[in-house]
Amino acid sequence: MAKYLLLKHYRGAPAAVNDVPMDQWTPEEVSAHIQYMRDFATRLEGSGEFVDGQALSPEGTFVRYDGEGRPPVTDGPFAETKDLIAGWMVIDVDTYERALELAGELSAAPGAGGKPIHEWLELRPFLAEPQTITE
Amino acid sequence: MDEALLRALTPTVIGILVRRGADFAAAEDAVQEGLVEAVRAWSDGVPRDPKGWLVTVAWRKFLDAARADTSRRHREELVEAEPAPGPGEAVDDTLQLYFLCAHPSLTPASAVALTLRAVGGLTTRQIAQAYLVPEATMAQRISRAKRTVSGVRFNEPGDVATVLRVLYLVFNEGYSGDVDLAAEAIRLTRQLAARTTHEEVAGLLALMLLHHARRAARTGPGGRLVPLVEQDRSLWDTGLIAEGVDILQAALARDRLGEFQAQAAIAALHADAQRAEETDWVQIVEWYDELVRLTDSPVARLNRAVAVGEADGPRAGLAALAVLDPALPRYTAAAAYLHERDGDPVTAARLYAEAARLAPNLAECEHLTRQAARLNAGLREYS
Repeated sequence: MAKYLLLKHYRGAPAAVNDVPMDQWTPEEVSAHIQYMRDFATRLEGSGEFVDGQALSPEGTFVRYDGEGRPPVTDGPFAETKDLIAGWMVIDVDTYERALELAGELSAAPGAGGKPIHEWLELRPFLAEPQTITE
Repeated sequence: MDEALLRALTPTVIGILVRRGADFAAAEDAVQEGLVEAVRAWSDGVPRDPKGWLVTVAWRKFLDAARADTSRRHREELVEAEPAPGPGEAVDDTLQLYFLCAHPSLTPASAVALTLRAVGGLTTRQIAQAYLVPEATMAQRISRAKRTVSGVRFNEPGDVATVLRVLYLVFNEGYSGDVDLAAEAIRLTRQLAARTTHEEVAGLLALMLLHHARRAARTGPGGRLVPLVEQDRSLWDTGLIAEGVDILQAALARDRLGEFQAQAAIAALHADAQRAEETDWVQIVEWYDELVRLTDSPVARLNRAVAVGEADGPRAGLAALAVLDPALPRYTAAAAYLHERDGDPVTAARLYAEAARLAPNLAECEHLTRQAARLNAGLREYS
């Protein structure tokens, strides 16, 4: 088994094929999309491949240490940031091929006109624990 | 096996163990173990004296733990001690436990966790699931909380207001999982209301019952949020509403108003309307005025502005909104709603989309996106 992170971007990914902002869909299309996402997660729970999924607020802040006894410095949010994560799903699957297959399904979630969004998702393997037998 | 009965016994039995000389942390652990054993042992039938059974088993667990704990100073005396014939509850032990678990030295998250375990009788695993954190994290939170209150005398009088804040949090910020936290908050508040005549305890209980009554109507298919005005009012639980109103009226009659009574009065006025159009917004605005006077809360002012929009028209609502800080949570959503009511769908759609980006949770984000989509679809049709 290997864990993969599926990342969805607000910004920073290549443009989707069916690239229409959600508030320009019909309410029914919005509902259909949300239902598809829920069903996908439920199905992965059923198959024993779901680990975690979370959505993130678009607003965030950069923070860094500013030296002993000083409060951390904050900056942002940056309107011009190139990359903005919208949310993630962690899956635990047998093969890389299976991870690709699932990412493809998730990217097919319906959007404007009820057609698949074809949005780009980022698939990132976890760095796993070292295996016991290495020779 | 009656899990409700078992859990209701939890605070009483902890109190008895503390009176027999156990410290709170050890008593709490022992009773938790007793609960686990009871789930096993009572599967064939509840013993005749469930409380006596649980006291005996928990006391034995406590002695076992004390025996195993070689560093314990009074180990010998404790092991030798015959359990004193139960002094019963001279003062109300359960009430004392509420105070201890909501002690002001605890953070809100710790007080919530400790209350659910020691007063509610939930397991660490159940609490962890309910708050979506790993079980080990929740176990640490609870044991740190127990250490924090270890110096507090069990009989120390507490402040009901701190307990109410904790119960309000359990009710209002409950997530999902096996345990119904809203129902649990109501159970714990009922139990508290049976032990004190404080008006605000009654006010909070009424507030919870009136909101809980609307629960079935509040979400649609797929967890979709249904706003008050669109709710199917035949799904409201009239029994809970009647109970909430009775409790509230008895509290209000004593003429010591507080914020929970004022909030419950607003909920009662909503519950009283058979149809959304029959809502008495003028009275609701008056109660928001009371609430603002009592709490000076910006959130109450925001809700008041929306109520003013219903009572005196959207322009008046927008005027009431204009004097508030736009950074307030849900300010943009309220503005979107009032602009739509004012016949400006273009501004409303833009604000709904912006409000969706600012939404604090996924259900609200989806709801606001749908509102923007609805208005934009209408605008496309007319263009």
